[in-house]
Amino acid sequence: DIDDVGHKYHLELVLEDVLDKDSTVNCTAEVLYHLGNKNIAPDVQFTIEGELKNTDEADNIFYNRIKSLEKELVAENIPDSHGNVSPEMEPIHLLAWVASGYVIWQNSTENTKFQLAQIKHVKQVKRSDEYLEFDYMILLHEMVSQEIIPWQMTVLWHPQHGVQVTQDSRQPKHA
Amino acid sequence: QLDFWLAPRGAGYPVDVRVPFPSLQPLKAHLEANGISYSIMIEDVQALVDHERTEMLRSPRQLPLSTNTFDYATYHSLDEIYTFMDLLVAENPNLVSKLEIGRSTENRPLYVLKFSKGGMNRPAVWIDTGIHSREWVTQASGVWFAKKIILDHEKDKGLASILDKMDIFLEIVTNPDGFVFTQTENRMWRKTRSRHSGSVCVGVDPNRNWDANFGGPGASRNPCSETYHGPYANSEPEVKAIVDFVKNHGNIKAFVSIHSYSQLLLYPYGYTSTPVPDQKELHQISEKAVAALSSLYGTNYKYGSIITTIYQASGGTIDWTYNQGIKYSFTFELRDTGRYGFLLPAKQIVPTAQETWLALKVIMLHARDH
Repeated sequence: DIDDVGHKYHLELVLEDVLDKDSTVNCTAEVLYHLGNKNIAPDVQFTIEGELKNTDEADNIFYNRIKSLEKELVAENIPDSHGNVSPEMEPIHLLAWVASGYVIWQNSTENTKFQLAQIKHVKQVKRSDEYLEFDYMILLHEMVSQEIIPWQMTVLWHPQHGVQVTQDSRQPKHA
Repeated sequence: QLDFWLAPRGAGYPVDVRVPFPSLQPLKAHLEANGISYSIMIEDVQALVDHERTEMLRSPRQLPLSTNTFDYATYHSLDEIYTFMDLLVAENPNLVSKLEIGRSTENRPLYVLKFSKGGMNRPAVWIDTGIHSREWVTQASGVWFAKKIILDHEKDKGLASILDKMDIFLEIVTNPDGFVFTQTENRMWRKTRSRHSGSVCVGVDPNRNWDANFGGPGASRNPCSETYHGPYANSEPEVKAIVDFVKNHGNIKAFVSIHSYSQLLLYPYGYTSTPVPDQKELHQISEKAVAALSSLYGTNYKYGSIITTIYQASGGTIDWTYNQGIKYSFTFELRDTGRYGFLLPAKQIVPTAQETWLALKVIMLHARDH
């Protein structure tokens, strides 16, 4: 408890590579939730002890595959109702997961727990520069309220420059 | 290049062979030259294959024919699950029967399978899956549990001893209206499909509709909310049916309500942080059950009371059953922890059901002995 400021948490955690369960790295973090104001994202500081795996090869394969598509990529319902994700869509799924992490961070309080539930729709946006751009419509599942919240996000990615969410907005729920 | 579909056996027996187009003329000439009679069974195999493919993509899957050929590693429709139940009963009439305990809002039958080796109103275990319709791994696991009981009721000593003294009641599709809706309209639907108070929004959270601090914190009075508790306790026929069943039976010793996801084993209370009187015992059972579950595939579960482990929730199922005197009241949250969430890949159905069954046996064995 920090008077007039908020609540600070000190965390010790282990990061596990989703694609390789045996690959783990220790991490420490400090998270400060601001008092009162629900519109400010929590402050996060972190230190990773060790190195994350190099993913250049897979990144470049994905990057070149998308760059060489004749028509812009379009897809929906990833995973589908049965939990299937086709191998070609797996990087699109992972990219959404990372990008949704940013959206989740920006919208988290001590009383929320968000997960990416599904990509409803994704559309590649053609760019003249070297970046890849994807317009996603995702569903976020909020654990405490159990709500499914549609969210639009525009995601930029480049193998050397990483992920950026340039635009995001919460969407109205269906009835 | 000849593809024999009925291989040569001996003189006087027919042979069936698929002939690639280029070999057709040479083969005919060869047969005729040797006085071997033949007839054409299928003019164009490719055309048949193409036709079958379009048929399979177009028409709905055939209903299952036996519980031995049923595919437990895939998600099924309501019709397929209801057919499965009837097959199971038909194949094992001395062990299983099907009870209709009520009807849903949209008038679908609510079925419970009763596993019993006899006796009259024996002490019983209740298990329900699918109360929240989007939690598909739960209904799928319920189907697997039903078959497992049949397969193991004699050869598994623990299960056999449980059934010697107790009956098992299993409600696989506790919320059929919601389940159908997840298949036809919205995969993420959680609640029932009732309409109340003239709101545009549909459905009540069946796990907030029970008479245990109904309407308290941890449930919503907004009909559009996913945790809407409904206009009054037991307003939902799906809930009322279970309440009536439990009260009429009067001898239920263990009650387990199964959800997904989060990988948790929970006991009451959800509506208050006051511990239940039996907290220590329930905690110990949970510890044992979780250890048994993890032993199979290393799946990690946390356990504790609802309010300390997940969140405050009022009007919940096992808070009510506990207050009715059913000491061994538990809720599971099955796989996973968010990577796929509700959209758990079908290939995880059987491993999930297998590990969960080990935990269920711990609970049932404890209920049998206490």
